[in-house]
Amino acid sequence: MESYRSRQILHRVLDEGRDRPAELIVRWCAEALPVSGAAVVLMARDQPAGTVASSGGAAADLEELQFVLGEGPCVECSATGRAVLVPDLGAVARDRWPTFAARAVERGVCALFSLPLRVGEIRLGVLDLHRDAPGPLVDGDLAEALAFADAATALLLHLQERALTGASPGDLPPTLDLEHGRAVVHQATGMLAVQTGLDLPAALVLLRARAYTLDLTVAEVARGVVDGTLDVRRPAP
Amino acid sequence: MIPQQQRLAEVFVELADTLVDDFDVTDFLTTLTERCVELLGADAAGLMLADERGSLQLVASTTERARLLEVFELQEEEGPCLDCFATGEAITNVDRAEAARRWPRFTAAAEVTGFGRTHALPLRLRRRVVGALNLFTDEGAPLDEHDLAVGQAMADVATIGLLQERSLREQTALSEQLQSALHSRISIEQAKGVLAARTGTSVAEAFTVMRSYARRQGVTLVSVASGVISGDLAGEVLTAPPGGDRG
Repeated sequence: MESYRSRQILHRVLDEGRDRPAELIVRWCAEALPVSGAAVVLMARDQPAGTVASSGGAAADLEELQFVLGEGPCVECSATGRAVLVPDLGAVARDRWPTFAARAVERGVCALFSLPLRVGEIRLGVLDLHRDAPGPLVDGDLAEALAFADAATALLLHLQERALTGASPGDLPPTLDLEHGRAVVHQATGMLAVQTGLDLPAALVLLRARAYTLDLTVAEVARGVVDGTLDVRRPAP
Repeated sequence: MIPQQQRLAEVFVELADTLVDDFDVTDFLTTLTERCVELLGADAAGLMLADERGSLQLVASTTERARLLEVFELQEEEGPCLDCFATGEAITNVDRAEAARRWPRFTAAAEVTGFGRTHALPLRLRRRVVGALNLFTDEGAPLDEHDLAVGQAMADVATIGLLQERSLREQTALSEQLQSALHSRISIEQAKGVLAARTGTSVAEAFTVMRSYARRQGVTLVSVASGVISGDLAGEVLTAPPGGDRG
């Protein structure tokens, strides 16, 4: 869900972390939640494809381990699109990820929580959280963690749009279009992917970038795509 | 058993039957709202769930008309479902004059969308209210006591479904379930767009094709959406007449 809270996180990260918003979001996430560290990792075909930012220490090591081994909670999280919550790594995870779990426990990691960075079928990556003491993320903390995950998803898309449009920071309103009544945006993303041969994430970025260059809202451009009245592949007049 | 009772029993068996390993919350709640329409003689139904922060989200609605009205209600933060959620009490058979007084903007929007009456039944989990089931009727015909009892039973089954998913997946909390349900809906919207562009139809037709295929094959709508987007399910496979190769 795109909550008020996730927008608040995103705006603060963009305001205060102008040059390095991804570093700021993982650092802030690690501070705001009862966890020891956080990392945002990109996924490609459900395999780790590079760490965007980590709070350092064990968080960086865990990403390196999952990258090298190709196993771990972020792999499962990306494949299923669901949160993977492991409150006691030592107790349950040795069967699930034999090599990864043993190495993570050696590194002093007791609990792991992986949250998907997704928009429907678009799976951009994973927000990995870990803690040096076992125990679950209680409901309120999990909701907060999900808000950080949504903010990180919006941030990754926003950075791509900025790269595509050349817009300066602040010109482009970051959004996820997860709220009510945005079905048309997701329908248009699917149509555009077929029309352009782009994958879904690229189609979504193109749709939003075109809204910026045409000076229309994303919903207006999406409506035009779905009605067939707007060809976003053509450059702006 | 009289036919109506028999149908009711069948629906409960059907819903219980879906509470198995590959159970999908979005699909389950969508089926449940469709059966509510059938059993209660309503014209549309919808279902909203709340997260820990108490903000309601729409997870299922049987028609586009109902969806628009529910979205309006959430955006305006006014209407029977919100009151039902806030109080935990069923809101039923409110007449038009009272509705106009309690929810002026919502009632105006309901008239525009053509609904005569709205009812809201709470999804209760012990003392907590986790969401609301909404029923819409075109005519002003009231629901009788029997209808309301069936409606509340359906709302209770929806709550059981949420609990079942949580027990299947260790440690899952409502906020995560809700987020997953919303993303499932988005996947379905994306797949509608993909299929519409691929087959040259409207998104509404694409949805009908996906839903019919899911029913014929006994698979979840979300898995069909995934298959459409990945390209594993081509347009011709989806529209092939039933009774052919079921692979």
